[in-house]
Amino acid sequence: MPAPTCASCHTARANLRRPRSGQALCGACFCNAFEAEVLHTVLAGRLLPRGAVVAVGASGGKDSTVLAHVLRALAPQLDISLHLVAVDEGIGGYRDAALAAVRHQAARWELPLTVVAYEDLFGGWTMDAVARSTAGSGRSRSCCTFCGVLRRRALEEGARLVGATHIVTGHNADDMAETVLMNFLRGDAGRLARGGGLGSPGEGGALPRCRPLQLASQKEVVLYAHFRRLHYFSEECVYAPEAFRGHARDLLKRLEAARPSAVLDLVHSAERLALAPTARPPRPGACSRCGALASRALCQACALLDGLNRGLPRLAIGKGRRELELEEAPRRSVPAADALTAF
Amino acid sequence: MAAPLSVEVEFGGGAELLFDGVKKHQVTLPGQEEPWDIRNLLIWIKKNLLKERPELFLQGDSVRPGILVLINDADWELLGELDYQLQDQDSVLFISTLHGG
Repeated sequence: MPAPTCASCHTARANLRRPRSGQALCGACFCNAFEAEVLHTVLAGRLLPRGAVVAVGASGGKDSTVLAHVLRALAPQLDISLHLVAVDEGIGGYRDAALAAVRHQAARWELPLTVVAYEDLFGGWTMDAVARSTAGSGRSRSCCTFCGVLRRRALEEGARLVGATHIVTGHNADDMAETVLMNFLRGDAGRLARGGGLGSPGEGGALPRCRPLQLASQKEVVLYAHFRRLHYFSEECVYAPEAFRGHARDLLKRLEAARPSAVLDLVHSAERLALAPTARPPRPGACSRCGALASRALCQACALLDGLNRGLPRLAIGKGRRELELEEAPRRSVPAADALTAF
Repeated sequence: MAAPLSVEVEFGGGAELLFDGVKKHQVTLPGQEEPWDIRNLLIWIKKNLLKERPELFLQGDSVRPGILVLINDADWELLGELDYQLQDQDSVLFISTLHGG
């Protein structure tokens, strides 16, 4: 069974079958189509206006490597400038190698690079220290929860540092579909409602964020890197095997084997979801500590750091966060009560 | 009886971590009654190359979903997947899409 001829140029032998359309393309035609589709996603969604200074969240992994490479190719057409921002989470033996990959890319593609570290931003907390602290409370599975929240904050800080007007991240369609599945499985209606669309417009003073690869499947991202001969860092983070996301990923991959369009179908489903008025989360306010968007008194990042600093890390995640606030409420009222009796 | 085949087997995208970190393997598949196909190759890889956690590479008689297979740089979906009959000097590349991000 020889490979068919490329359905686009009709001359080269096809190298792959596209998951969504089933179209057989050669490597060169596929890479061109992939870039054209990212361009279309950015233009049709008005994600990056002309003149934007774009901070690219760079991890050295496949997604951000492909994102930086594609945007660099499209930058003249889009009239944007790029700045790589990498986050050093302080994960011994893992992040060092990944950051080396980012430095190599920045040098090779002549893109400016800025590295921001958890340790500097978050009062000395590295991810290794967070992991030790959470393991003590028997909740090592929550590492990715902490890291996700802190990385989001760190990227925001890094982007501001370099004067960026926009942030882009490498999330692909599979990442989005996994997140949709996880939100369903956790019954997290608030996140489901917020998760749709290609990004956030930048509420509450945050920089606008978008995900130009959101409609590209994992398979195509990896094949793009392969056919463009891009080198990326592909070791699993030491804390990831504990994460719930792995189960969502396995489930998704099995669904995809039975129905190749399942990934994008799931992303589209989430975009079309509407919550009943009674289920809508309240309009977010501002974090009382840092001013970032928050649905409670403290934003997620400040609540996590607060829990860590008080030696009660698990209080800041999931249901614990409610306990944290309940616990804080009477404490605040204590001085008032004292004042009353004294009076 | 099919003659022995010389084949290049390569692992990437993190899949190499299950093979002692070695990406390229030049292997000789012994002569056998049946022609060598990818289904047989996977069994041979499991016996001869795979170093740890086989469930992260294989599932049932195929590769774990999320591992891409390229035969001579072409997606195996275009070539009959498990039924593709190996030729001498073929190269087979397994790329994990499941690592990192």
